[in-house]
Amino acid sequence: METVTANKYTYKDFANDQEVRWCPGCDDYVILRSVQKALPEMGVKKEDVVFISGIGCSSRFPYYMGTYGMHGIHGRAPAIASGVKLANPNLSVWVITGDGDSMAIGGNHFIHVLRRNIDLNIILFNNEIYGLTKGQFSPTSLVGQKTKSSPFGNTQPPFSPGELAIGAQARFFARIGGNAPKEMTDIFIEAEKFKGTSLVEILQNCVIFNDGCYVKYTDKAVREDKQLFVEHGKPMIFGKERNKGLVLNKLKLEVVTIGENGITEEDILVHDAKEQDPTMHQMLVRLEYPLVTGIIRSYNDVTLEEREDALTAQIKAKSEFKKTDDLFFSGEIYEVK
Amino acid sequence: MIAAEKPRTPAEALEAVVIRFVGDSGDGMQLTGTQFSDTSAMFGNDVATFPNYPSEIRAPQGSLYGVSGFQVHIGSVEISTPGDNVDLLVAMNPAGLKTNLYAVKPGQTIIVDVDSFTKKNLEKAQYKTNPLEDESLSNYRVIQVPMSSLTKEALKNIDGLDQKAITRSKNMFALGMVYWLYSRSPEYTIEFFNKKFKNKPQVIEANTKVLNAGFFYAETIELIPNSYSVSPAKMQSGTYRIIMGNTATAWGFLAAAEKSGLELFLGSYPITPATDILHELVKHKHFGVKAFQAEDEIAGITSAIGASFAGDLAITTTSGPGLALKGEALGLAMMIELPLVVVNVQRGGPSTGLPTKTEQSDLLQAMYGRNGESPVIVIAASTPANCFIYAYQAAKLALEHMTPVVLLTDGYIANGSAPWRIRKVEDLPEIKTRLVKEGKEDWHPYNRDEITLARDWAVPGTPGLEHRVGGLEKDQKSGNVSHVPENHEVMTEIRAEKVKRVQSFIPELIPEFASEGDLLIVGWGGTYGSLHTAAKQLYDEGFRNIGFAHFNYINPLPRNTEEVFKRFKKVIVCELNSGQFASILRMNFSREFLQYDKVQGLPFANTELIEKFKQIVE
Repeated sequence: METVTANKYTYKDFANDQEVRWCPGCDDYVILRSVQKALPEMGVKKEDVVFISGIGCSSRFPYYMGTYGMHGIHGRAPAIASGVKLANPNLSVWVITGDGDSMAIGGNHFIHVLRRNIDLNIILFNNEIYGLTKGQFSPTSLVGQKTKSSPFGNTQPPFSPGELAIGAQARFFARIGGNAPKEMTDIFIEAEKFKGTSLVEILQNCVIFNDGCYVKYTDKAVREDKQLFVEHGKPMIFGKERNKGLVLNKLKLEVVTIGENGITEEDILVHDAKEQDPTMHQMLVRLEYPLVTGIIRSYNDVTLEEREDALTAQIKAKSEFKKTDDLFFSGEIYEVK
Repeated sequence: MIAAEKPRTPAEALEAVVIRFVGDSGDGMQLTGTQFSDTSAMFGNDVATFPNYPSEIRAPQGSLYGVSGFQVHIGSVEISTPGDNVDLLVAMNPAGLKTNLYAVKPGQTIIVDVDSFTKKNLEKAQYKTNPLEDESLSNYRVIQVPMSSLTKEALKNIDGLDQKAITRSKNMFALGMVYWLYSRSPEYTIEFFNKKFKNKPQVIEANTKVLNAGFFYAETIELIPNSYSVSPAKMQSGTYRIIMGNTATAWGFLAAAEKSGLELFLGSYPITPATDILHELVKHKHFGVKAFQAEDEIAGITSAIGASFAGDLAITTTSGPGLALKGEALGLAMMIELPLVVVNVQRGGPSTGLPTKTEQSDLLQAMYGRNGESPVIVIAASTPANCFIYAYQAAKLALEHMTPVVLLTDGYIANGSAPWRIRKVEDLPEIKTRLVKEGKEDWHPYNRDEITLARDWAVPGTPGLEHRVGGLEKDQKSGNVSHVPENHEVMTEIRAEKVKRVQSFIPELIPEFASEGDLLIVGWGGTYGSLHTAAKQLYDEGFRNIGFAHFNYINPLPRNTEEVFKRFKKVIVCELNSGQFASILRMNFSREFLQYDKVQGLPFANTELIEKFKQIVE
C-alpha cells in the first residue's frame, strides 16, 4: 500500500454529505466517528480505502463514509471483501458487520475469512440482538433473553465471537466497549497495521431493542472494576485501585488482589498478544469477570496474499507462457490446409 | 518402434464412423478414446467425442453401473455430434457389452475381450448365459479376442512389470486393433507415450509393444474381413487443436482478460460438471489469473463481485444448484451494475437431479431466478469449440455494458471435445472497458453512456472518484440511496433498457438451409449439433422447405427474430427441458410454437428428430 504522511487528512475527509440515519443515542455514531478519526492516523490514501458491509443497522456504515464502499448482501461482506483484496492487495479493506450478519447468515464466510488470513479489518458490531428487523434474538443473545422472536425467553445458547474467531484461527482479535472512542480509535489503527485478518468486536449498545445489555461492564461507574483492558507486554492488572490482577491457578485464570495473601505485582500474568498458541487468548476471551478488552490476540502469520503472490511469482518465472497465444498454440496442434 | 505396415488390401471408404470404447472405470477407456480421436484429428478428420462415466469414483469392478465409456465420431464430412448409434463397439468386459449393446447398429461390429467373459464377470453383469455362446448377438459381427492373455504374452520379456500394470495396458491392445481397422497409424500414440512417460522407459516399451501387438493381431487374423478408411474432412484452413468445452470456456476468459488489459478473477466452488473450468484456470497463474476456491457457491460469486468492484475481469462458474445459491448475489451485481460473468454448465435437475447428465432446464432460472425486476444478459454456447468465443463474448458484453452476463453451457458440450480452429488474441474483437481514471467535479457513479446506458466503472485506488454502491435503490443521478417511488421506476426501466439495447451489439439470426418455407427448426445452446445434423440430413434428402435457426443469444434475442419466424408456416422449438425457451418466445411473439422436448438427461437422437420433423411437413 502506498502510504501518505499521517495527519494529511482530518476525519472530515472520510465523511460525506449523507445524513446519518441511525437511532439517536446509538453507539454506531461513536464507532463511525472513531473510524473516521483513526483513518487519518494510518498513513493510507483516501482513495485506497474500501468499506464493505452486509445487511443490518451497522451495514449502512459505508454509505456514511467518504471512501469507496459497498453495501452488500446479508452475511457476505467477508467474501466480497476477500475478492476486493485479492483483486488489489494495495487497498485497505474494511468489513462492517453485525452479530447476525457475521455469525448467523454469514457464519460460513466469517470463519473461512479468518482461517485464510487475508489482510482485512473486520469491525463486528455486537449488540446481541437483531435491530433492523426490529428485535429478534441473534446468535449472541443470552439464554433466557426475551425478544420479539423469543417472548418466553431465548432457548438457543450464544456464540462468544472471540471464542469462535480464535477457534477459526483468527490471528488478531480485539474487543472494546461501544462507549470507549479513544481506545477504539487506537485499536482500529493497530488493526490496520496488522498484516492479516483483524477482528475487532465492539460491544455496541442497541438503545431500542437491547438497551443496557453491556451496562454491567461498560458503565463508566463500574468499567474499571469490571473490565481488564489488556496491553501486550504489560501485567494484566485492573480495578479502580489498580490492585486486581490475573494469575493462573492450575488450568484456570483467577482474580487476585495485589497486597493480599502475599501477592505482588510480580505474580500477575503479563499479557502476550503475540503468542502463537491461542490457549491463553481463549481463556481471556471466555472470562466473565473481569471482561477482557483491548487487543487480546495479535499473532503475526503469513497472509493469503503473501502466499499467493510468492507462488505466482515463482510460476511466472518458470513458465514458458507469456501470452495466451503461447498456451493456445502449445502441445498437440495440427494444420488444416 | 512404429508398426511397419504390410501391403494391404484397399480399405473400404466411409464418410463417417462412430466408435465406442467401454470397460471398467479402471480400464483406461477415456485415454483409449482420446488417443483415437486425437490421432484422427491429426489425420484431418472432423471429430466429436463424448465421455460417459459413472458418478461413482471407483465403482466395483465388473458391475453394470461401473461401466465407463468414450464415444468418438470421426468423419470426412462435417461432424456436429458424437453420434447416436455406433458402428464399432469395443467392450472390455461383459458389463460393458450389456450396457452398450443397445447403441450398436444391427450388422455392425463388436470387439470383445473374451478373457474377461468369466463366470464371475458374467454374473456381475447379470448375464444368465454367456452372450458369446448363445444366439443373442447373431445380428452383429462379433470379434472375440483374448486381449488379456495376448497382452500378457506381448509383455512376457519385459522385467519388473507387475500383474496390475500388465492388465492395465490391455486397452492399448484394443486401440492397436482399432487403428488397424480404420487405417490409422499408431505413431501419434507412440509419441504420446514417449512424452508422457519420459522418465519411465519401461512403461513406454510396454505400452508400445502392446499397441503394436494389437495392430499386428488385427492385420493377421482373418476374423476382420477388411479395414476402413475415413478421408480427411474439408475444414476451414488454419491451425487446430482438439478442445473440450470446459477448457474452451476457460480459455475464452483468458483471451478476454488479455484483450481487455484486466486481470482475471475466478471465484468458484466445485460442482459437477463445471469444475473443469476451475481446474483449468488454476493452472494459469503465469497469466496472473486469480482462481479462488471459495467456501461455498455464494462466496464464489460474492468474491467475484468484490473483485469486479476492484477492477478485475470477474467470473464465477457453477451448475444449476449453484446458480440457485448465487441468485441473490447475481441480483446485487445487477443492481450495482458491475461487470460479472456467471457460467452455468447445466446438468439434469431439479435439486441434485442427474449431476453427470445433460439438460437445458436452467434457462428460466438464468432468466428470472432472482428477486425483483432483475434482467441480465443470457447467452448460450452451442458446441465444445464455440464455448471459447461465447465465453469471450460474455466477458466483452459484461465489461462494455456494465452488467452481469449468464453464460449457459451444458454437460454435453462441456465434456465433449471437437476440433477448434485456434484464434489468436490479436484477431479477436476489441474490448473497451468503461474504466474511468479521473473524475470531473460533477462525476457520479451512475454517469451513463448515451447509447448503451452502461455506467462508468471507477475502481478503488482512483483518486477523486470515491463512491458507494449497494443493494439499496439509488438515485438515478447522484447514486445516493433513494426511496423515491418515481426514481425506483425510472431506475428499473433503465436497467431493463440497458440489457435490451445489447440487441444492437449482437449478430442477427441467420437460418440455415431453407430461409423460408414450411417448417423452421428452432434450438438454442448445446443442442446445435443434433439439430444441425438432423436438418442437414433432411436437406440432403430433398426437404428444401425446412430451415434451422439456432439461438446463442437468449436475452436479448437477436433483433430480427420475429422477421425470421414470419417466413415459416410452422416453428418447432426443440429443447432438453419441458419447453422453457418456447415459453420465452411465446411471451415475446404472438404466434404458435410447436415443441419437441426431451427430459431424459440425454441429448437428442438423430432418428427421433428426423421422424418428428418429417411427420410435421409430410
